[in-house]
Amino acid sequence: MTEAQKCYAEDPFDYGPVDEILERFRGEKGTTIPILQAIQEVYGYLPRQALEYAAKKLKTPLSRIYGVATFYAQFHLQPRGENIIRVCQGTACHVRGGAKIMDALKDQLGIGVGETTEDRKFTLESVACIGACGLAPVIMINNDTFGRLTPEKIKEILKNYQD
Amino acid sequence: MEAQTYRVRVGLATCGIAAGASKTYDKLLPLLAEHGIVPERTGCMGMCFSEPLVEVISPAGETFLYGNVTEDKAEIIVEQHIVGGKPVEDLLVLSNVKETENSHFMAKQERILLSHMGVIDPESIESYLAYDGYKALAKAMQMSSEDVIKEVQKSGLRGRGGAGFPTGMKWNFAYQAKGDKKYVVCNADEGDPGAFMDRSVLEGNPHAVIEGMTIAAYAIGADEGYIYVRAEYPLAIKRLRKAIKEANEHGYLGNKILGTDFCFQLKIKEGAGAFVCGEETALLASIEGERGIPRPRPPFPATSGLWGKPTLLNNVETYANVPAIFRLGAEQYSKVGTERSKGTKVFALTGKIKKTGLAEVPMGITMREIIYDVGGGVQDDKEFKAVQIGGPSGGCLPAELLDLPVDYDSLTAAGAMMGSGGLVVMDETTCMVDVAKFFLTFTQSESCGKCTPCREGTKRMLEILERITEGNGQPGDIETLEELGEAIRDSALCGLGQTAPNPVLSTLRYFRHEYEEHINEGKCRAGVCTNLITYYIIPEKCTGCTLCARNCPVNAISGERKQPHVIDPSVCIKCGVCMEKCNFDAIILK
Repeated sequence: MTEAQKCYAEDPFDYGPVDEILERFRGEKGTTIPILQAIQEVYGYLPRQALEYAAKKLKTPLSRIYGVATFYAQFHLQPRGENIIRVCQGTACHVRGGAKIMDALKDQLGIGVGETTEDRKFTLESVACIGACGLAPVIMINNDTFGRLTPEKIKEILKNYQD
Repeated sequence: MEAQTYRVRVGLATCGIAAGASKTYDKLLPLLAEHGIVPERTGCMGMCFSEPLVEVISPAGETFLYGNVTEDKAEIIVEQHIVGGKPVEDLLVLSNVKETENSHFMAKQERILLSHMGVIDPESIESYLAYDGYKALAKAMQMSSEDVIKEVQKSGLRGRGGAGFPTGMKWNFAYQAKGDKKYVVCNADEGDPGAFMDRSVLEGNPHAVIEGMTIAAYAIGADEGYIYVRAEYPLAIKRLRKAIKEANEHGYLGNKILGTDFCFQLKIKEGAGAFVCGEETALLASIEGERGIPRPRPPFPATSGLWGKPTLLNNVETYANVPAIFRLGAEQYSKVGTERSKGTKVFALTGKIKKTGLAEVPMGITMREIIYDVGGGVQDDKEFKAVQIGGPSGGCLPAELLDLPVDYDSLTAAGAMMGSGGLVVMDETTCMVDVAKFFLTFTQSESCGKCTPCREGTKRMLEILERITEGNGQPGDIETLEELGEAIRDSALCGLGQTAPNPVLSTLRYFRHEYEEHINEGKCRAGVCTNLITYYIIPEKCTGCTLCARNCPVNAISGERKQPHVIDPSVCIKCGVCMEKCNFDAIILK
C-alpha cells in the first residue's frame, strides 16, 4: 500500500477511478487538463477529494490544479445535473432570438444559468458558441444538438429527458 | 460495363444531425437495402438552410440534392426516385442537370477546399484515397524540405486563422529554427461565435488536415504534432480520432511514413472552454497543461514554442489548403484570388440571411456577391443594415461597403478583419449598440486577466455600453469609448485584447448616429434596447380580439371585447409577446 492510499484508507470516497486515470496518463507530458477531463467524466464534476488525491500522487501543488480547474469553463467544482443543457450565446443565435430560448428554459426549469434543478435532472449553462450557426438558435443537451428552436419547442424537447 | 445502381449520400455533420439526419439515415438504411443500396455517410454539404440533406446520384452521374428530408420524406424519395426513376421535384434543392431556386448558392463559389466535402465519407480513409487523398504528401516527400517550403511560399497562402500571416514564411522560420525537437500544431480551437468552418472541415474531411500537417512536419523537420480541438466539438474529435488511427495503419502517419525514415506522431488535445486559447501562446500553454494565458512575443513559437521547442502553428483551414497546393501546383493554386490574397476562403454565412451555410469563394469577391448572390439576400427581404465579419476581433461593415473586395488588406483597412470566416448578416431589427455590447460582453468574460488594458479596459468600455443601452448614456460617452478603445488596441498583450475594441470602434465609425440617438434622444431605432422602447396599440387597427391581453404575462393590457385595447406602460415588462401574438399588426414599437 502506498502512502497516498494509506491516508485515504478510512475515506468512503471511491478513489479507484482516479488511480486508473493517473495510470493511463503516466509518463506523458502536459496531462493536467486531460486528467481533469477524465475525472469529470467519471464523477460528473471535480470532487475536492479527487483533486487533493491527484495532486498528491502527481506531486503537484493543489493550488496549481485548482488554478487550471477554475480557468477553464468546462470544469465544475460542484455536482451537476444528470442532463446538461448548454444554450448557445453565439452571434448568430443572438441575432436570431437566442435570449428568448434561454428565458424559456429558465422559465420551464425554474433555475438560472449555472444552476441545477432540485431533482438533479438538469443543469442550465450558457456556452459561447456551439458552431451550428446555420441552425440558430441552438442548444445542446448532453451531446445532442437541437436547432431552429422557438420557445414553444423547448417544452417538447425537455419532455424527452424528464424521465 | 458492370450494372450500376443509384448512390445515396446523407450529410451527417453536426448541423445535419441536429436537424434529424441520423434518423433519416436510419430510415433509409432498410428501405434502400431492399434495392441493394447502402447509403453513404458524408460531411457537411454546406447548405445548412435545408438540412437534413440527402443526395441521390443516378447511374448516369446526375446529382439530385434533396433538402429538409425528414424521416417521413425518406420514404417518398426511395419510392418515387429510386424505384420510380422520377426525381422528387418538391424536395429538390440542387442538381447538376436542372436549374433550381438555389443554383445561385453554388454559382459564385469556387470549391477547392470543400470540393470533397459532402462527397467523401469522413470516417473512411479509403474514401479519401479514392479522391487523390495523400497523393500530395507523396509528391511533397519527393521534394526537399526547402522546395516544399518554396512551393508553399509561391502559392501565396496566408494564415486562414484571421491575421493573414504568410504561411510559407512561417514554415521557413520554423525550418530555420535550431532545435533537436520540433512540433507541428494545429489550432482547431474555433472559438469565434458565429463561425463553424473549421468544425465542418474536421467533420467532413479530417484527412485533409492530417495530410497538410504531415507535409508541414516533413518540411520543417518535426516528428510530433498536436491538434488542439475545442471540447464543444465532440463529433469532430471522434472523426479525427478515427482518421488519425487509419492514417497510422496505412502508413501516412506514425513511423516510417510511406516507407521512408520520416516519422510523425499526431495527437489530439481537447480544449476545455477558454476563448483566449485561440491565441497561439495561450494555446501552447494549454497543451502543456497550464492555464491558457498568453505571453509576450518574441520569442515567437517558431523559435520557442511548445515546451520551449520550435513549433509551427497554423489553423485548420490553412493546413487543409496545403494538399490542394501540391495537388494543383502552386502556380495553378495562386491563379485564384487577388494580388496579395491568394486562393479561396471559406465563410460561414449566418444571421439574418436567407441561405445560411458554408460557402467557399475566391478571395477578392465582393461582400455583396457573397450576401446576395450566394446567400440569396436578407431574410424576409428586410433592409440590410450591416455584416459582422471576423467575430469578436472583427467589425461591422455598413451597406456602403458592400462592394468592398473581400481580402485581408481591404478588410483591415475598413476596420474589420478577415478573422476565421464568420459572416453574420444583420438587418434593420438589429441594434448596433447592442451588437457592440454583445461582443464586448463576450471578450470581457473571456479576458484571461493577465494584462491591465484588456482586463480593466474592456470592463470600463462594457459599463459604458451597458448604460447607453439602458437609456442612461451621458454626453462624452462616445469620446471615452473611442479613447479607451484606441488605448486597449495599442497596449494589450495579445491578439484578444488588441482586437477586443474592434466591434465598438467599427460600429462607432459606421453607425455613430445610433449611439447618438441612444444617448441624446433616448431612442433605439431597432427596438432592441428594452428601456428605450414602449409598446403601443394603434386604436384604428385593434379589433379588440383580446388575444394580446390574454397572453400578456403581467396583465398590462386592458380593454373591452371588440374595443381597442390599451397597454399600461407602467406595468409592461416589454417582453414583446403581445406584438408576436397580434394578428392585425396593431401593436408597434415606439
